[in-house]
Amino acid sequence: MFVPLFVLRNAFRHKLRTTLTMVGIIVAIVAFGLLRTIVDAWYAGAEATSSARLITRNAISLVFALPMNYAQKIRQVEGVSRVSWANWFGGVYITESNFFPQFAVDAATYLELYPEYVFKPEEKKAFQVDRQGVVVGRKLADLYRWKIGDQVPLRGTIYPGTWTFTLRGIYDGADAKVDESQFLFHWSYLNETVKARFPRRGDLAGVYVLEIRDPGQAAEISARVDATFKNSLAETLTETEKAFQLGFVAMTEAILVAIQAVSFVVIVIIMAVMANTMAMTARERYSEYATMKALGFGGGFVAMLIIAESLSIALGGGLIAVALTIPVADIFGNAMGTLFPVFFVSHETMLMQIGAALVVGLVASAVPAWRAGRIRIVDGLRSVG
Amino acid sequence: MDCVRWASGVTGIPLSYIARNLMARRLTTVLTAGGMALVVYVFATVLMLAAGLRETLVGTGQPDNVIVIRKGSQSEVQSGVSRGTASIVESLPLIATGPDGTKLVSKEPVVLINLPKRDSGKASNVVIRGVTSHGLTLRPQVTIAEGRTFRPGTSEIIAGQSIAAGFRGAAIGETLRFGQRDWTVVGVFDAGRTGFNSEIWGDAEQLMQTFRRQAYSSIIFRLVDADRFDDLKRGIESDQRLQVDVKRESQFYADQSEQLAKFISYLGTTISVIFSIGAIIGAMITMYASVASRTAEIGTLRALGFSRSAILVAFLGEALLLGFVGGVAGLIAASFMQMVPISTTNFQTFAEIAFTFTLTPFIVLASLAFALLMGFIGGFLPAARAARLKIVDALRAA
Amino acid sequence: MTASAPDAPAAASGEVLVAVRSLSKYYMRGDQIIPVLVDINLDVGVADYIALMGPSGSGKSTLLNLIAGIDKPSSGQILVAGVDIAQLSDGELAAWRAAHVGFIFQFYNLMPVLTAFQNIELPLQLTDLTRRERRERVETALALVGLTDRMEHYPNELSGGQQQRVAIARALISDPTLIVADEPTGDLDRATAEEILGLLERLNRDLGKTIILVTHDPKAAEHARRLVHLEKGVLVY
Repeated sequence: MFVPLFVLRNAFRHKLRTTLTMVGIIVAIVAFGLLRTIVDAWYAGAEATSSARLITRNAISLVFALPMNYAQKIRQVEGVSRVSWANWFGGVYITESNFFPQFAVDAATYLELYPEYVFKPEEKKAFQVDRQGVVVGRKLADLYRWKIGDQVPLRGTIYPGTWTFTLRGIYDGADAKVDESQFLFHWSYLNETVKARFPRRGDLAGVYVLEIRDPGQAAEISARVDATFKNSLAETLTETEKAFQLGFVAMTEAILVAIQAVSFVVIVIIMAVMANTMAMTARERYSEYATMKALGFGGGFVAMLIIAESLSIALGGGLIAVALTIPVADIFGNAMGTLFPVFFVSHETMLMQIGAALVVGLVASAVPAWRAGRIRIVDGLRSVG
Repeated sequence: MDCVRWASGVTGIPLSYIARNLMARRLTTVLTAGGMALVVYVFATVLMLAAGLRETLVGTGQPDNVIVIRKGSQSEVQSGVSRGTASIVESLPLIATGPDGTKLVSKEPVVLINLPKRDSGKASNVVIRGVTSHGLTLRPQVTIAEGRTFRPGTSEIIAGQSIAAGFRGAAIGETLRFGQRDWTVVGVFDAGRTGFNSEIWGDAEQLMQTFRRQAYSSIIFRLVDADRFDDLKRGIESDQRLQVDVKRESQFYADQSEQLAKFISYLGTTISVIFSIGAIIGAMITMYASVASRTAEIGTLRALGFSRSAILVAFLGEALLLGFVGGVAGLIAASFMQMVPISTTNFQTFAEIAFTFTLTPFIVLASLAFALLMGFIGGFLPAARAARLKIVDALRAA
Repeated sequence: MTASAPDAPAAASGEVLVAVRSLSKYYMRGDQIIPVLVDINLDVGVADYIALMGPSGSGKSTLLNLIAGIDKPSSGQILVAGVDIAQLSDGELAAWRAAHVGFIFQFYNLMPVLTAFQNIELPLQLTDLTRRERRERVETALALVGLTDRMEHYPNELSGGQQQRVAIARALISDPTLIVADEPTGDLDRATAEEILGLLERLNRDLGKTIILVTHDPKAAEHARRLVHLEKGVLVY
């Protein structure tokens, strides 16, 4: 009981210094947690995938489309239970800064492939019936304050012109990982309009989305689909939905690596600050440590006192930081809007934050503790703190 | 060193006193300055990244070249200009003619192909641009570094240096397969520090056929007179047959980097500011301790006749010197980043772009200013405390 | 009190507690040898009260530190109650000190974050005593130095003399064989110094504590039974 009391009293002896150090630790650990959460959010698309879905795209790149008649052929591939398709629309809602994903989808089949988009049955039906209808996720609807029945205009970039849709349904994600910022409308509406204006660009699908019966067979089924279209005019590349999403992440890998590296830099910065604090503190107390050694306490005990003091400050700050990270992440996520549709602090991140605090506390006190444990009593007594 | 003498003159306390105090507590100085150095390193590196990106894309365009894409398109890949529209554009006045008498116009299909990277095997989208002989003339900054240019009408392609180095199948002698044909890389071109280094070029007509396109992506031509751009623009906009956007090539590419550059700058500056809080706290702790351990000294100096402001300046000077040292160290570390190449997908174009960290004079000044600011904020309160000490109290602590 | 020859058996009792034999201590500066103590021979008897005196640099504090076990000699023997502490390892020495030595320093060396009570209790944390047993002993020690009403005060709330009395109580708490004091009145005014010295004298006379005192102040030395003079590391008379 004596040691914890002694350690804590010593930790808060110099209130200003300890408070400043703790503030520094809190800021650093929160920053660390926020950066990791940003990286997690980047991968969120890959986390929200289903192992029972495959994506088939043009083998050259995503900017090339696939013919409509592929749908029938894919449906006949062994192992495939359902097929739908989607075209990336990429339109602009008022200004370019309002970014959110817009897809023209095969209304009859697409929503069945994504059961995690939870609809009210009557809204779903209203959408199916209205060719110009659109369904959006809750997050998007809240952001722009859209209500059922609202007219939403988009300026096309890939498909030029002004396109108007009527909001027929709003879905909620089945869990926190689901992207609630999607904007889904009828592919048939897109196709009709496109064929009228640019005949050559009609009857094309951006990607096909396949549902398979046995997720364990994903690799084989993918190979089968691609074999079907080998040597045709539009060769395909079929992969799991997760691999597809990870492909996007890989494109900006350099940025992600940089952010992860930077998140560790902040820990190093605060380690330097805390090492400085502990070194100064230990040096100021040499005569006290020497006295304790004279009284019979061992060098290891003295070292342990310093490490314990460092750890209590670091962990104290770390715990406060973890608690603060959640509201900070909330504010940040909302400010980013649809850029990071899924943004929350994972348990793993919180554990890493505590771990980082521990490492900081240990490393910062290592050298001062070792030095203090080794001081010769006579030298320590001579130094006037 | 006149400012040093001035500072000493104002306060009477020499710079050497300040410097020696820092040297006396070496470990503390190193740790505190080290923390600040790291923050400056992050700050400078991020700015260098954004500057490198902008420089690459801005340098990509020529000021007397003009690019025409479909109205409303955000990038060449999204755009489609029909042969008919292309012919109309070709017939416009104000287009310069080459030495052989033909107009300096290049009608180019631009698509993306998904290629695996050499090191990770992960795939990214690479720009493939179909060019004509005029296409090479219009871009004087591009020179063949290895091999030769492709022969028109064949399946030969040339690759930009970044792509040849970074992607499988894109080096000289290697082959890429797409559109059911094999394409051999017969040359590698050097486009300096421009975005063209991240592209693969081939014969325009061959690529149009392979991808079964009837429309080009963009039309590039040189103006007879660079100053007549506005006339050209008005002419095009008033022509009802043309539903196109026209921009100076330099402006077009500069715009393509805007989103990514802004994202990097914004994220990076925010991170640096947050990190600086840690470094400032470190400086504050150090300075408070410095003041506390020299209380008797301060009392003595005051008793000898040095003013409060002299004490303030002396301690503030110490903090600023710490910041300066940290700033220089951070900048030196950051300058090594110039040797590291960066390659990522540009959000706006969806295509891979390779660039480098670029250190500009502005970044040097901004980083040093940032470092000094950190020192100032960290040192101000402790210096104020030192200045406010009553002589009697200070001497009693001796 | 008159000084007697240092080699003669202690006047107070027949038993020798501390026997120093051929003790030497030197430091190396580069390849120069700097002697601090040269071939010291000294006996301290049980319940003896010795004052080590000498000018600054004479080695008196070093001799005290060696006998107290907080420094190691270059050569020679230090026998305390039959044990040659010069041969003990650091760990053994620490345990030995805890059991056998009580320290009194010039600047008190109390822990600022502990109350007077807790400061006195500190050495007992190294023992197996229960909380109640510790409390009893501390209260006894407090009564002995006359500070019972100040036990909850922190050092910065006590005067110099009071702090030194806390330090003396701490020195007594584990009932040590030997009490060493290095310039205990160096930081106190005349009147308070007299109080402290009086207290030490009572501890020696009434409780039979063996005390070794280092001082450069002749008036402080007056309270001791024997005087030992050192000059340039050698015993002189």
